[in-house]
Amino acid sequence: MMNIFNYIERKSPVHAMTGASKLVCLLLWSFGAMSSFDPRYLFALFVIAVILFRISKIRVADIRFMLWFTLAFCILNNVLIFLFSPQHGTEIYGTYHEIVHIAGRYTLTWEQLLYHLNVFLKYLATIPIVLLFVTTTEPSEFASSLNRIGVNYKIAYSVSLALRYIPDIQREYHDITLSLQARGVEMSKKASLGSRLKTTSGTLVPLILSSMDRIEVISNAMELRSFGKNKKRTWYRDRKFTAWDFGAMLLGLAVLLVSIWLTSFVNGGRYYNPFV
Amino acid sequence: MKNTPVKSIVAIAIGAALFFVLGRFVAIPSPVPNTNISVQYGLLALMGAAFGPFVALVAGFIGHALIDFSYGWGIWWSWVIASAVFGFIVGVSKNHVKLATEKFDRRKIVTFNVYQVIGHVLAWIVIAPVLDIVMYAEPWNKVFLQGAVAAIANIVTTAIVGTILCAAYSAAKPKKDSLEKK
Amino acid sequence: MEPIISFKNFGFKYTVQKEPTLYDIDLDIYPGQKVLIAGPSGCGKSTLASCLNGLAPFSYEGEYTGSLKVKGVEARDSGIFARSKVIGTVLQDSDAQFVGLSVAEDIAFALENDEVPVDEMKQRVQDVAELVDVSGHLEHAPYELSGGQKQRVSLAGVLVDDVDVLLFDEPLANLDPATGQSAIELIDRIWKDNNKTVIIIEHRLEDVLHCDVDRVILMDEGRIIADATPEELLCSDLLQKTGIREPLYITALKYAGLTVSPDMHPAHIETLTLTEAQKEKVCEWFDRAARPEKPKTGDPLLEADGVTFTYSGGHKALEDISFTIRKGEMTAIAGRNGAGKSTMCKLICGFETQQEGKILLKGENAADLSIKERGEHVGYVMQNPNQMISKVFIKDEVGLGLSLRGRPQEEIDEAVDAALATCSLSPFVDWPISALSYGQKKRVTIASILTLKPDMIMLDEPTAGQDFRRYTEIMEFLEQVNRSGVTVLLITHDMHLMLEYCDRALVFSDGRLLADDTPAAVLSDPDLIRAASLKKTSLYDLAGLCGISDAKEFTARFIECDRKARRGL
Repeated sequence: MMNIFNYIERKSPVHAMTGASKLVCLLLWSFGAMSSFDPRYLFALFVIAVILFRISKIRVADIRFMLWFTLAFCILNNVLIFLFSPQHGTEIYGTYHEIVHIAGRYTLTWEQLLYHLNVFLKYLATIPIVLLFVTTTEPSEFASSLNRIGVNYKIAYSVSLALRYIPDIQREYHDITLSLQARGVEMSKKASLGSRLKTTSGTLVPLILSSMDRIEVISNAMELRSFGKNKKRTWYRDRKFTAWDFGAMLLGLAVLLVSIWLTSFVNGGRYYNPFV
Repeated sequence: MKNTPVKSIVAIAIGAALFFVLGRFVAIPSPVPNTNISVQYGLLALMGAAFGPFVALVAGFIGHALIDFSYGWGIWWSWVIASAVFGFIVGVSKNHVKLATEKFDRRKIVTFNVYQVIGHVLAWIVIAPVLDIVMYAEPWNKVFLQGAVAAIANIVTTAIVGTILCAAYSAAKPKKDSLEKK
Repeated sequence: MEPIISFKNFGFKYTVQKEPTLYDIDLDIYPGQKVLIAGPSGCGKSTLASCLNGLAPFSYEGEYTGSLKVKGVEARDSGIFARSKVIGTVLQDSDAQFVGLSVAEDIAFALENDEVPVDEMKQRVQDVAELVDVSGHLEHAPYELSGGQKQRVSLAGVLVDDVDVLLFDEPLANLDPATGQSAIELIDRIWKDNNKTVIIIEHRLEDVLHCDVDRVILMDEGRIIADATPEELLCSDLLQKTGIREPLYITALKYAGLTVSPDMHPAHIETLTLTEAQKEKVCEWFDRAARPEKPKTGDPLLEADGVTFTYSGGHKALEDISFTIRKGEMTAIAGRNGAGKSTMCKLICGFETQQEGKILLKGENAADLSIKERGEHVGYVMQNPNQMISKVFIKDEVGLGLSLRGRPQEEIDEAVDAALATCSLSPFVDWPISALSYGQKKRVTIASILTLKPDMIMLDEPTAGQDFRRYTEIMEFLEQVNRSGVTVLLITHDMHLMLEYCDRALVFSDGRLLADDTPAAVLSDPDLIRAASLKKTSLYDLAGLCGISDAKEFTARFIECDRKARRGL
């Protein structure tokens, strides 16, 4: 319950990189993957990601739970897209190549299939990188990384503080619900939605009021130790960049540049269109 | 008690942490299969009404991004930004609702709810779907319907949970005339 | 020598309050002194601390009159940041003060904010961590630490700045007795070895006086009413007048008819010297004093039989626990944090289920009952009332349990009225809970449990963080509830509470039940005390000093005498 960031400690070059360079790589990478709908490009990203995974020594078994979640989410999203817009591919690619007519307005086309392939590949191209970042970056390093890439240090520190107090708040919520159950509050599924919401609010009131009290004490404690005094601050977790860090950032930059190159010069837009 | 800048930072952190815990662990199954009622927007509405637009915007952004991170499905920037926008708009109500200094009466309840409805409509029926279309090229009818469902569910949730939380928070802040003791 | 802190004709008034909180404060504290500031809740000692570290008026708005100079600088002219470089504050709530994700980061916090380069920072963190003995935990997260360790981290976090003055706000409030004692010893060591000025705000006089202090400043109603050495103060009647608990051995000497005087060296039990005649008087009192009544025994209410529990992570929290609680008893569950006390309560309430053994409620196997059904037999009161209160108005909160059980409104009203009357809350029936004091809120939570008419109530640290006056108020109320026929089970590490109010103590350590005996017996058994991180009562030493071999009986008779005195018999 404590390890919400799912950090997995191993010895690998990916672990040894600073959080900041990994974050830069992640942001550039996901921006590149988001903007392009070229399946060749997305598949290449997927292959690189798998290689990085091997380097990081994170095993599939370590992240099975998260993978299942993502897969379910991905399938659901694809099904919804097809249900709502079976001809979305045709709208995008401008052509119509029928594979099979299913029923009513639902006709499966090659265009639609290509679009779904793209959506699916987008997951494959980005999820491994996100998981890699999450499993190889210590939460403590996350805040300093944000600051290093330009986020205001106070905001960056609030991320660190949130991570610090999540386990406390979680435990407190657990205790509060138990004590209320002992007094007879029931979280049954039979009750109507409205009354369930009211019951939940009842359990939230003590949690939220006691958390509000914390805000004052914590900010006092921080001010007493000079938080917010200067325009900048240093971070205990900061490390010097190594060649690997520059490599990671260059990789991210390359991914983005290829995406821009494909969009601007090769495909004449975000889509790779084999139909014309 | 003064509202120092440091206090806003801590409010963002505690708000984001609560948003995360409620979003991740307080699941109320909704009548629509596979979707949960998002109690955390009631909390975010309170954060907005109590601390203003900036705190709620950042708390919503961080809280939502952390939830996405912890599931591992990548960050859906469109929805994360929508959460932040909701926080911002409901935060504008702060100066009208004045939770800390005035009674949370019927008129204020209405004001608060007007803001939260506007916030949710803008977040889920405008921002999220438009960003989905721009960023992920998703079909418009799918994203708008998803957005509309989310907006309605969140409006109802916030109307109940948010109002109850605001009332409790306001009651817990001693008001000028109520400090008189026997 | 120039004083490092100098109050001259100083007063402070919070903006939100009508009346000033501090009046006419004249106080000079010199470099290298160790000063204890004591006084009942609301006496202004916390405000004095806030004025010192700058939270008032920088965070708590208010105005002051007169002058306060810190290291020669008028406080008005320096900000909170500059002040924190002179005075380092260790707050009472070490969870709130621990803002880093790990020990190392938390200690480094002030250095980070001062933009100290990373290499230098690491060295300083390492040094100061060694100083307070947490260097083995640098990579640990806050939830992996005990309360005492967290406090050490807080101390390290201010020591890292090389401040001149260390200010401790109620350092003992959340610690078990043995940890509290080592905290006081640590403060003493840092004071002596590092040439600091130390200011401790505490109302637990006996525990702080475990190590030497130069001066005790006694405050009441916003004024300083005494500025004396510990010896002078113990020989006066000011402590009793202000509602501060004097050390137990002092009270015992007074019961024996002795007048405490400076030549007895009364500041520590170890230095206390009595003449033969004085010892004789104590022995006479011992022979004369009433024997304690045998505790009443009723039918078994709660029985634990061979209970063993292991958390899902594999941590064995309880092993082979067996005991019986009888109807009408007032029993304490004692032991340090992590000894298994809270786990035992969770099992009794049904929040967790033991892997082996049985829990019987009125002879019935509790495993057959749901959490809600058990709640009708055993009411559980959490430590912090704010964690239990979910309604705005007292009436709704107290009646919640019954209305959730669908009882008719008249019945609810009747039960609420009765419970409020028992808890002396009737005048407040229509008030919002937020308008109540902490102690009153505590009573609201107890009232809300009493409406369900449980056979037993179980309270987690009911007096944590309370001063002697409020502590007495809460405990006398619980005694009254107990006399009305409700069995009371208290989880506590407060030994005074155990001694004074409980008939029986169950002592837990490392998941085992070490002892099941009267509190007087438990606290007179040196082996048991060591094993369970308790602290032996000073009465034990007093008995030894006077040549009374049965220290357990001496303690028991003292308690009996004290109870009668409290009830005005």
